[in-house]
Amino acid sequence: MAITGLFLISFLIVHLLGNLQLLDLSIEGQEKFNAYAKFMTSFPLIKIVSYFLYASILFHAVDGIVLVMQNRKARPERYKSWKPNNNSIWASRNMGLLGTIILAFIIMHMGQFWYQMHWGEIGVDAQGNKDLATVVIKTYQDGTAGMIIVALYVISMAAIGFHLWHGFASAFQTFGLNHKRYNPIIEKLGYGISVLIPLAYAFIPVFILMAKN
Amino acid sequence: MDLKLKIWRQANQNTKGELKDYAIKNVSADSSFLEMMDQLNEELIEKNEEPVVFDHDCREGICGMCSLHINGEPHGPQNATTTCQLHMRSFKDGDTIFIEPWRSRAFPVIKDLSVDRGAFDRIIESGGYVSVNTSGNTLDANALPVPKANADEAFNSATCIGCGACVAACPNASAMLFVSAKVSQLSLLPQGKVEAKERVLNMVNQMDLEGFGNCSNVGACTEECPKEISLENIARMNREYLGASLASSK
Repeated sequence: MAITGLFLISFLIVHLLGNLQLLDLSIEGQEKFNAYAKFMTSFPLIKIVSYFLYASILFHAVDGIVLVMQNRKARPERYKSWKPNNNSIWASRNMGLLGTIILAFIIMHMGQFWYQMHWGEIGVDAQGNKDLATVVIKTYQDGTAGMIIVALYVISMAAIGFHLWHGFASAFQTFGLNHKRYNPIIEKLGYGISVLIPLAYAFIPVFILMAKN
Repeated sequence: MDLKLKIWRQANQNTKGELKDYAIKNVSADSSFLEMMDQLNEELIEKNEEPVVFDHDCREGICGMCSLHINGEPHGPQNATTTCQLHMRSFKDGDTIFIEPWRSRAFPVIKDLSVDRGAFDRIIESGGYVSVNTSGNTLDANALPVPKANADEAFNSATCIGCGACVAACPNASAMLFVSAKVSQLSLLPQGKVEAKERVLNMVNQMDLEGFGNCSNVGACTEECPKEISLENIARMNREYLGASLASSK
């Protein structure tokens, strides 16, 4: 979980940097984004990394489900009185639930854009690249449906935030990296990225939705 | 003070248990939690009822025998305290107190509040020792230099009394804090280093065989531990396990 988790966090950062280009809604900005999307789906080295990424997502999800099932079996009779908030944070105990929300989001998100980019019928821009930018903008500006998708997006980003709040520092503990001098740095870094990454992601569809008029 | 108690009653491992209500009057605020249980049991015996079975031994907070999941937390509401050292002044007159056994597949209920913690013994048997030849050639303890920092850290790990509160508190019923403390107290010292690789592999293997859950670094264990055993032990065990898995000669 820790190896794939940290790899997925590195993906979150790279993906975010790519997505931020969508904040430039001018025609030139959209064409730049489309060229970038073409590069990301055709450059061989990135293709190899992307297959590794799909495998990591699957492994992280399947391993997580197995762990949750094993851990449930480890306590067949539950406590009648149980006050876990006195000894641990909510996110740390609900990584499975948060992960399920995130997985559902990934499926929706890949269906909307990744599938469309690879196999969908989408137009081309003036430069001859597939016009993914227009697909994205239309998805989020599509009236009520668009607003629901943006809301689901924001909720999912909150789930990622809580997931990282526990997950980032937890990965280091799993590797055995626990040291009085570095723990505060790792913790603060984890809290920082778990707030900033989801906020930056959520800003993009909200911005596109608001830019409609 | 007068209290309402909700106590888990279970005849044996194979029957289903349930919470039963008891009322107890005139409990001294200065009595320990276990003395309150003694008082209840005396009343039950006088009424010809079955007394409540619970584990206890030294009642000094050092043996690790007492347990009890009190009001949703192992060893009750006070931090760094065993149930025997918990006093009734931690509660208020008229309080309702839930008293349940440790809940884990690896700790089956023997009767009422008493659980079988033999799984911990079998983990120790699998590697929690140092093989020393004691046939008259034993070295003086001070013949082996040990850095003060390591000695202190090993001592901290060795303060684990093996009560099982870590398992009881963990949402996954994982035994990682206990096992890592037992691995650490030996591997930090020169005598324990010799068998360190085999030890960590064997003890982790036995822990998994016993049916404990997996560690997801929630940290509830260290918060509820009466001896405040640190999560650094788990990190140390993870390091050792990783190293031993990759580099063990076996």
